[in-house]
Amino acid sequence: MNLKLKALTKSIWVFHAACSPCNNCDIEILDVLTPRYDVERFGIQLVGSVRHADVLLVTGVPNRKTAERLKALYAQAAKPCLVVAIGQCAGGGCMFTPSYNYIKPVDEIVPVAAYVPGCPPKPEAIIMGVVKLLKSLGK
Amino acid sequence: MSEPQNTIKEKFAKQILNFVEHNPRRFYIELAPQDIPAAAKFIFRDLSCRLATASGLDTPGGIEILYHFSHDLSGKIFTLKTLIRDKEDPHIESITPFIKAAEWIEREMWEMLGVHFDHHPNLKRLLLAEDLPEDFHPLRHDQDKERNEP
Amino acid sequence: MSHKVVIPIGPYHPLQEEPEFFRLYTEGEKVVDIDIVIGYMHRGIEKLSESKHYDQTPYLVERICGICSNAHPFAYVNAMEDLAKIEVPERALYIRTIIAELERLHSHLLWLGLAGHFIGYNTVWMWSWKYREPVLDILEAITGNRQNYGMMKVGGVRRDIKEEDIPGVRKMNDDLIPVLNMFKGAVMDDPVIQARTKGVGILSKEEAVNYSVVGPTARASGLAMDVRRDDPYGVYDRVEWDVVVRKEGDIFAKLVVRVLEMYESIKIINQCLEKMPKGPIDLDLKDIPAGEGIGRVEAPRGECFHYVRSDGTNSPIRHKIRAPSYMNVPSNKVAAVGQTISDAAITLAAVDPCYCCTERTIVIDRQTERKLFNGWDLVELSRKKTEEIKGQKSG
Repeated sequence: MNLKLKALTKSIWVFHAACSPCNNCDIEILDVLTPRYDVERFGIQLVGSVRHADVLLVTGVPNRKTAERLKALYAQAAKPCLVVAIGQCAGGGCMFTPSYNYIKPVDEIVPVAAYVPGCPPKPEAIIMGVVKLLKSLGK
Repeated sequence: MSEPQNTIKEKFAKQILNFVEHNPRRFYIELAPQDIPAAAKFIFRDLSCRLATASGLDTPGGIEILYHFSHDLSGKIFTLKTLIRDKEDPHIESITPFIKAAEWIEREMWEMLGVHFDHHPNLKRLLLAEDLPEDFHPLRHDQDKERNEP
Repeated sequence: MSHKVVIPIGPYHPLQEEPEFFRLYTEGEKVVDIDIVIGYMHRGIEKLSESKHYDQTPYLVERICGICSNAHPFAYVNAMEDLAKIEVPERALYIRTIIAELERLHSHLLWLGLAGHFIGYNTVWMWSWKYREPVLDILEAITGNRQNYGMMKVGGVRRDIKEEDIPGVRKMNDDLIPVLNMFKGAVMDDPVIQARTKGVGILSKEEAVNYSVVGPTARASGLAMDVRRDDPYGVYDRVEWDVVVRKEGDIFAKLVVRVLEMYESIKIINQCLEKMPKGPIDLDLKDIPAGEGIGRVEAPRGECFHYVRSDGTNSPIRHKIRAPSYMNVPSNKVAAVGQTISDAAITLAAVDPCYCCTERTIVIDRQTERKLFNGWDLVELSRKKTEEIKGQKSG
């Protein structure tokens, strides 16, 4: 593991990109920050700009309007930036793949490091996804 | 005060092509396209109904437009129906000049079904991305074949 | 007017849920015009619905919006039952009503938190989301999921409420009342919050009629409309509750309406639990006849409207969906114009759009067309103003 990645695993700052989700995953992400789960204990924090972020959380199925923005967001992030696809939509399009406004899955637009399945994933699942991702970096 | 559905019936007795009472709270009133603005204005202003929404659908006989008005005092919904037979270049008078709430609704119908609303103040795309072709109207059934191709 | 300027804005708001782009035109401190650009969320659900079986559609419409994930299927089944003229078993109606009100509770608590965040009260955010968790726990116990409950079905509901769950619901309700009292005291009587929200972002009754706004936004502007009372569905005509109406039309009125509505929701749930009869929860429905139907539901944000036309086959030929925010968001055009920039964030959020829209906001000076602020700066501005007011009050 290089130094940059090692540094990244300490107190992760996340940035949350909503690509036409239904809101559920987004709310559960916020929920992880609020008192019951409170991941800020571990230094995990949502930040206001992707330029400060170590992890990019993507929710929803990218549509024609948001796909290019997601690409631009990733381009702006300081590398290494790990992308986590939260929810069924970001993982595989859920039932929206036949739609005329659907282009391609998230992992064809940006490189995805981890998937958290679920519709929506429970806060526990999101935390577990992050933990697993960090563990896999240590190897 | 008489029941609102009777008021509409009396006022537009000559114009109404068909009046259906689906149940005591749901009324469907069919009109010719040119009578829609006057009827919509009357229902909105004089009966103080709320524009719940409007929608359109592609039928074999033409493009059907439905305006749903909600009469909140009685919980009734009056649906004005009209059929535009010209599918190639459908036109209808906009109701936005006197019902502001219709602005987005008509813009959406314009891009989804290709219905042109005459005298709409701001007819431009609402939901669809700019890179889709101008003549792509997702809710038209003749688009289905192209859509399913990868 | 091109949407290309959106990309460099970058900063997503930490609370941002759904992208939406507002363009504020300002002269000095005042907002003089506003442009609203949407479509970042468009997934073509109306079209997808035309390819789904009637039984699959509740699953689809549930995913229109996560916070109203019961309102949309509820409106859809109402439309189908109106179309086919079906009488639904009593117990199913009670269960539907209970789920709908639990959803209103969690949604209003959510909004309260976000509103607090926007004016710089993160404590309110943390509190209200903390007290939202028990509601989600109850929903999980009953339906199996914290959101996207999957309860609605044409002709009934999918799951029964078990006897052993009922004490838990009652306890949650009882525990929530002191919390609401606390919010009522701490939030509604707070002089700073009053200073930030009273007389701000006013939507007059006249404009509310013009824009045909719905739900708490309409009720805060003096329009006494509530689908639950006007066109009763579920069992709202069999329980006692009040429609909360305020005349002022400002943000404070919207806040008050939502807080007081939560008390009504608790009242409704308790009565439903008491009156709920035993019996079947589902009609085993086979065919849907040709015809058309309209269903509407008072979602937490307002009237949710579904229109379905069937030709007698397995899937609808048209399914029109109109969510409440669709009517409420355009009203920002009048509510935000004339406000100062620092009030814009809370004004835009006050209609409880299904997204925290400020995120995509960019402020442009009319003279120079130069970008001055982005959404993040707006929230910062908003917070600064609160701090100033706090300073004045204590000093």
